[in-house]
Amino acid sequence: MMVGINDPWVALAYLLSFVGSVACVMYGVINWNKGDEPIGPEDTNWAKEEKEEIEAAL
Amino acid sequence: MDILTIVILLTYLFAIGYLGYQGYRRTKTASDYLVAGRNANPVVMALSYGATFISTSAIVGFGGVAANFGMGTLWLTVLNIIVGIFIAFVVFGNPTRRMGHHLDAHTFPELMGKRFDSRWIQIICALIIFVFMPLYAMAVIIGGAEFIAPVFHISYDAALYLFALIVAAYVIAGGLKGVMLTDALQGAIMLVGMLVMFVFTYYKLGGFTAAHQTLTDMTPMVPKALTAIGHQGWTSMPTFGWAAPGASAAESAKVSLWWIMVSTIVMGVGIGVLAQPQLIVRFMTVKSKQSLNRAIVAGGIFIFFMTGVAFIVGPLSNAYFVKQEAIECHIVNENALLDPGADGSGVLSLVAEDAVQEVKARSKAFVAYKRPNETADMPPHYILKTPAMTIARGTDGNPDTIRPGMIAIARTVTLGTTMKGNSDTIIPRYINSAFPKWFGLLFLMTLLSAAMSTLSSQFHTMGTSIGRDIFETIRKGDQKRTVLITRCGIVVGLITAIILGKVIRGNIIAVATAIFFGICAAAFLPSFLGALFWKRMTRTAALSSILTGFLTSALWSIFVNAKTAVGLGICKAMLGRPTILTPAFSPTWAFVDPIMVALPISALVAVAITFLTKPMPPEHVSYCFGGKKPQ
Repeated sequence: MMVGINDPWVALAYLLSFVGSVACVMYGVINWNKGDEPIGPEDTNWAKEEKEEIEAAL
Repeated sequence: MDILTIVILLTYLFAIGYLGYQGYRRTKTASDYLVAGRNANPVVMALSYGATFISTSAIVGFGGVAANFGMGTLWLTVLNIIVGIFIAFVVFGNPTRRMGHHLDAHTFPELMGKRFDSRWIQIICALIIFVFMPLYAMAVIIGGAEFIAPVFHISYDAALYLFALIVAAYVIAGGLKGVMLTDALQGAIMLVGMLVMFVFTYYKLGGFTAAHQTLTDMTPMVPKALTAIGHQGWTSMPTFGWAAPGASAAESAKVSLWWIMVSTIVMGVGIGVLAQPQLIVRFMTVKSKQSLNRAIVAGGIFIFFMTGVAFIVGPLSNAYFVKQEAIECHIVNENALLDPGADGSGVLSLVAEDAVQEVKARSKAFVAYKRPNETADMPPHYILKTPAMTIARGTDGNPDTIRPGMIAIARTVTLGTTMKGNSDTIIPRYINSAFPKWFGLLFLMTLLSAAMSTLSSQFHTMGTSIGRDIFETIRKGDQKRTVLITRCGIVVGLITAIILGKVIRGNIIAVATAIFFGICAAAFLPSFLGALFWKRMTRTAALSSILTGFLTSALWSIFVNAKTAVGLGICKAMLGRPTILTPAFSPTWAFVDPIMVALPISALVAVAITFLTKPMPPEHVSYCFGGKKPQ
């Protein structure tokens, strides 16, 4: 029995919920500075169009 | 509702409105960060994504289901973190962003339509979203209304309209713009609200082990109706199994809860999140893979404190209700009779003094009471009278005390519900009963935040589906009308959600959410996966996969799945029996969620048709994956 939970499958889910969160934190910290990409014209154009469309809808 | 409540609520609404206005004036939407070529703050981005992902449905609806079914629902939290955050951000996020920007796609249907060079794919995806998303929006609105009704002492219908009005005002005033700071503030309020709930619940129940142990020891209190479907206690998984063909209804029911919990609640929502149109678009608003890497840190923590806490606190509320709840009140009638109807399954209604003996005999005894701050014109509350209940009458003008001593779902049985209760009201009832008043206010803001952020993105998605993806695809170049149709789409979505919320109340939030997530997964996931990662996948394969996934899901719901088939009644009308299953099949099939069948079939069709059809032109495929646009 783990922390008062008698079914190992439920205890495992309880444990994995914590472990999963910690794993996300660790992954993010380890890769904090990886994957930066320069902004290209298509990114900027996409963002401008997106903004215009939402403004028009309001 | 007192003055303090109104002041705090108005301050909150004003703050949200002001932040939205400021953020908009200073151009701080996700798109603006992109235009400026800067990274949004990773915490702001993660909170903003999380606030869109998590709604009142997860907290109130799934929290209530967890209170009923137990902590096995935590497997959904595991999937929410691993699939909904980790896989979504690491695997799906960046390719979606790149392809979306390169193809200049602004909606999920548009991304699919441009990737497979097919107007039909765009239109069909948009139709599925526009028709079924109101079901999910309904779940979110009900989640808010079920909490507001008891807090403001108003009817459920009035709460539904009030909540929808607040959300609609927010969406029109600025929610639709998706100002990141507003979304992030809402995410932060949700985080604080759930954190307090987590700490307070464990504190009240004596710590982690003591709280769980209390719940484990309460296993004999699981109602017969739940043990009959395989419930083995709130800290245990339900009984797993597969009934043999021709097995009796009672035998097959014994393993039904496991299939409902795992296939519908855990898999349906856990996997379905990858194919949520309003979340997929969010990935297009980030600057780079680095932004996603950084956002995972806050995202993982946020989701744990949302669904994890809801699925832990929900079951633990049973321990509170049984062991600790004491209602200070003025008892109006110690033997009020409520009638559940001739067959015992109807909506409970008050029995008049002069009712016939037959009605009185079948009626159930309730205690009618009022809380000390409630005025004479307010209707009393009704609580089921059980042998475990103790009543202490107050003397010298002191209030009376009721100790109900009953589990969470039994606590929800009252005037207007059936004898089965309403799991959607468990979390609101727990907050109102166990927590100090200030937390009720904080939780109200938590729910408003959760609903506003999710609904604004839902309404945006519904509007663009009908405007940009359907109307503009058919009638190219009619910009003015597209805007009008988009606006109409938003209004129609809102009204449909409200009507659905009014008509189908009770134990519905989690089911409606799971149905929408399941449809999205079955219809969209295989072709979306192929669109991003499989250059060989063809237009015909994508279209076939979407249609097969959707139709299988729909047919399974109409003819096989017990809950939906019986609810819809189409199978009964056509074939004269509740489901299509004959004794030659295992009756357990009736408890298997459509996603378990429709998703594999949809994936199989995607692969098979791809190999049976001619590859798409290499120039087009190359364009989709970053190459030059073919002339």
